[in-house]
Amino acid sequence: MNTNTKIKATEREEIESLLPWHAAGTLSRREAQKVEQALAEDAELAAQFETIREDLAETIVANESLGAPSARAMQKLMADIEADASTARRASTNFSLGEWLSDKLSAFSPRTLAWSASAAALAIVLQAGLLAGMFVNERQGTSNFHTASVPKVETVSVGTYAMMSFAPDANVADVTKLLETYKIAVVEGPTGGGVYTVRLAMTGIPKEELSRLMKKLQDEKAVRFVGPKPTE
Amino acid sequence: MQTTSDEVLIGRIAAGDKLAMQVLFARHHVRVYRFVLRFVGDPGRAEDLISEVFLDVWRQADKFEARSQVSTWLLAIARFKALSALRRRPDEELDDETAQAIEDQSDDPEVAMQKKDTGAILRQCMTKLSAEHREIIDLVYYHEKSVEEVAKIVGVPENTVKTRMFYARKRLGELLKAAGVERGWP
Repeated sequence: MNTNTKIKATEREEIESLLPWHAAGTLSRREAQKVEQALAEDAELAAQFETIREDLAETIVANESLGAPSARAMQKLMADIEADASTARRASTNFSLGEWLSDKLSAFSPRTLAWSASAAALAIVLQAGLLAGMFVNERQGTSNFHTASVPKVETVSVGTYAMMSFAPDANVADVTKLLETYKIAVVEGPTGGGVYTVRLAMTGIPKEELSRLMKKLQDEKAVRFVGPKPTE
Repeated sequence: MQTTSDEVLIGRIAAGDKLAMQVLFARHHVRVYRFVLRFVGDPGRAEDLISEVFLDVWRQADKFEARSQVSTWLLAIARFKALSALRRRPDEELDDETAQAIEDQSDDPEVAMQKKDTGAILRQCMTKLSAEHREIIDLVYYHEKSVEEVAKIVGVPENTVKTRMFYARKRLGELLKAAGVERGWP
């Protein structure tokens, strides 16, 4: 068997192994294209793919015939939650970084002014002011605060943005450090669940570099979630 | 209408929002129940286990890292709970008998063959697969999990996922052949 034939055989095996996921529609676009191309050129693979589609259909039928749980499951869950120690603990925690950020953003930055990508327009960055306030307002009694900066408003029309939420146990110092280290500006938020729009850079960032930055941010303790901002 | 994403719900749950917990439960509990039922074979026990799964979500929501889908996380917890429950009752191993007890009520392959119901034969042959093979087929075809997500749920490398799926299909083909259905592969 020559080298080319070996490579082709390996590629075919790889494609063959992906057929079930292609049938279920869970391959990446690139992989799906490769499989589609192979199916168009290889009748034996195409026949295998048809049997996989039959398997898929019958697997769904078999699972759907398993029925559903009764209302008891939800009732038990909610009763267990009421009785759970973590529920009482959460209720006693008053300070919420997310709520604090939300309050500040809504006070300074009406949605209509804060972000309008479709108009390619104005984004008001309030981070400096927010950080100053954060330190003053964090948990009364700790009194270990200082003013990080003075309120400042700047306008931008281009840049690289992302969606970010902070770890529930992150405190103001953690978030401040994170934002300063990466020179990130909080632009808007939160949407439900404490997700903010943040500006990662004043300019566009190449895709690969952005991907690396996102990964690095995701590994930060103060970050619960970071992801690309959906195109508007 | 845009629905709230699972990730957003988890954020709210982490903050103690019980309504978000109910929404997440309503969204996923049937699939999680069916996944667990395939392991334990007892509907009542499967119901108890899914309550435990979602109670874990309530307790651990603040640790969810969003590196996988929420549904993947749920299935991984569910699998662990189901296997732990089976270990507590060693007489009920994850074997074909357990699974067959809850399989669909279709005719056995011979009867189905006489009726020429290929779908029923196929479903019947699926019940004869090993638990490992049946699990991966369910995850890929019914739960729509990618190679990477299956690897996370089952706790094996991605290449093992592909290989296991290949052999599950191969075994299914052999069972079908033995039942009189020739599909040309394997």
